[in-house]
Amino acid sequence: MKRIDHAEASSKFIKAKDHLDFHDQRLWDLRQKRDRESEHIPEWEELRALASAIKEHTLTHLADYLEEFERKATANGAHVHWAKDAAEHNQFVFDIMCAHGAKTLVKAKSMLTDECEMRPFLENRGIDVMETDLGERIQQLDNEPPSHIVVPAVHKLRTDVARVFAQTIGTDPKNSDVHYLAESQRQHTRPYFLKADAGMTGANFAVAETGTVVVCTNEGNADLSVNLPSLYIASIGVEKIIPKIEHLGVFVRMLSRSALGSPITQLTSHFRAPRDGTEMHIILVDNGRSERLGMPDFWYSLKCIRCGACMNTCPVYRRSGGLSYGATYSGPIGVIIDPTFNLRKYSSLPFASTLNGSCTSVCPVKINIHEQIYKWRQVIAERAQLPFVKQEAMQVAGKVLANPKLYRAAVETAGAGIEHLPRFMMYNRLNAWGRQREVPAAPALTFRQWYLKNRSKQ
Amino acid sequence: MKVALFVPCYVDAFFPEVGIATLELLERLGVEVAYPLEQTCCGQPMGNSGCEKEAAATEALFVKNFAGFEYVVTPSGSCTHHVRENLTAVRQTKQTKEVRKATYELVEFVHDVLKVREFPWAEFPHTVGLHNGCASLRALHTAKMSEINEPFFSKPIDLLSKVKGIRFVTPRRPDECCGFGGTFSVFEEPVSAKMGYDKVMDHQKAGAEYIVSADMSCLMHQRGCAERMGLPIKFIHIAQILNGARA
Repeated sequence: MKRIDHAEASSKFIKAKDHLDFHDQRLWDLRQKRDRESEHIPEWEELRALASAIKEHTLTHLADYLEEFERKATANGAHVHWAKDAAEHNQFVFDIMCAHGAKTLVKAKSMLTDECEMRPFLENRGIDVMETDLGERIQQLDNEPPSHIVVPAVHKLRTDVARVFAQTIGTDPKNSDVHYLAESQRQHTRPYFLKADAGMTGANFAVAETGTVVVCTNEGNADLSVNLPSLYIASIGVEKIIPKIEHLGVFVRMLSRSALGSPITQLTSHFRAPRDGTEMHIILVDNGRSERLGMPDFWYSLKCIRCGACMNTCPVYRRSGGLSYGATYSGPIGVIIDPTFNLRKYSSLPFASTLNGSCTSVCPVKINIHEQIYKWRQVIAERAQLPFVKQEAMQVAGKVLANPKLYRAAVETAGAGIEHLPRFMMYNRLNAWGRQREVPAAPALTFRQWYLKNRSKQ
Repeated sequence: MKVALFVPCYVDAFFPEVGIATLELLERLGVEVAYPLEQTCCGQPMGNSGCEKEAAATEALFVKNFAGFEYVVTPSGSCTHHVRENLTAVRQTKQTKEVRKATYELVEFVHDVLKVREFPWAEFPHTVGLHNGCASLRALHTAKMSEINEPFFSKPIDLLSKVKGIRFVTPRRPDECCGFGGTFSVFEEPVSAKMGYDKVMDHQKAGAEYIVSADMSCLMHQRGCAERMGLPIKFIHIAQILNGARA
């Protein structure tokens, strides 16, 4: 499978200046709103520590809580299915729908179904799938994956949306008024809710104690998807379990504040049991999560509540766009999750970071994201997945910097100018440094030469 | 107090004036400073690239050069961070552990160890924007991070505010990364340069004549950007200001 070239993709994103500036500023605004909201809560840092501890406890007792959830959900009247991977998940959905003769599915936002590539699987089998979240719908109509886990179409300007809607749902191509576009999508989507055979959501949380599926949304589309059709399917990654309903308050206080800088989502819906005469199916999906749980350096990534705060704050993400990562999960959290799916394909992603650590500091569940990025780089180097040019540069650098004589020969080229310095000083890609930056002029003397001349008593 | 000066490779090669200012400042503050002559680098370029195997010999040399000193002081937050948190390629002997523990970034050494707050010789009659490198800020935690809900503090401001004539301006995104990131600056050149351009423009718009930082690597990148952009903004290391540089 071809490696994702993040640097190359980012270069294209940067060339579209209007889009870049909007994208950077829009997400920075979310970050600032998040700061303001968190500042209003004196116990914010305690909440983060508590949320992290609850997640770590749950993940280290995951099998027990999953079984408790299954018992409670079953007792509530839901059907619980266990999917070991994406293929099993998709097959479950298809089989459940077939058993009901269901042909149309209205679904709320779910990164898990993107991860499983469920939509093309179902569409190839004659199922009509309608994304009902505005951002997801824009992306579906434009035949693009979401670029952000919370705001899927954030890389698009409203004029882009006007173009997509004009081509697909017949809006006025010249009208890019946000309210007009949102209302048009609403009117377009509404009939599908009424005629759909099945509805689907993901889950923000699954409460073991009560068997409840908790979905946090702002548009009401999840509730319509669940409550209108006679069949409801919830797809849930196994890491979404929390032990008790009382723990939910900790996470709900942090989720939307971290994500969008709003105190809470418009709706926090608890789906516990099927309505009379309907069926509720819950698919618990592993798809690599158990394996990740067994990785000593990386299992903390399973604490993630998918708020996207790490993406909003990431200076690299804001300037390269989610699609440049070529994966379901982009930005800092994507960088540490994606290699577990395919190390070679995603081997450039852990290098799409300055290791600045802002992601770790905003994370509401205290995932040590930048430390995991650092660790992934070691795994990638160990498994010989570094690009040749970098591998070669590091070997040369390692040799030169470990040998004072070689090092001095390399840097003590007084007045010769940087072009005569060995390539390792600029990490073997001098051209890349100089493309948009001046290189520093070499001084007459290195510090060491100055020291010997002025200070040494030897 | 037995203190060794570690001058990072890029400071040695490109910015000797920063090494000189660090040495002179420490001496002014009454510290006897040794400069081990066989020093090269802390191993960070290889370590940050995931190349532990390639970093091991350089890290071993670092330990050898700096073993036995009570403190190892360096004008670089990211090197300090590497030594303290990531000097993992070399065998973790008692000596290695001692060197890792003894290593301090200049600002935290002056602020926390020497506890000096007066620099009567220092005067810098200019408007400056402070750039805290990400390792200094988020790993060494030398100032309040904008992401964390904690009371304001800033060790570099504590020190700089004692310099006569200095004026501060604050850019709109004071602690966003400038995009240097070591090897990131060349392997992710498009984003790195864009971040650098945005950073220097932010300081320029805030009215800064100088960008001052405890991290020269950030400044090397930012200066390269500013020069290419044709901006008049200037760059100076905090050691130079504290040591009495006037411009």
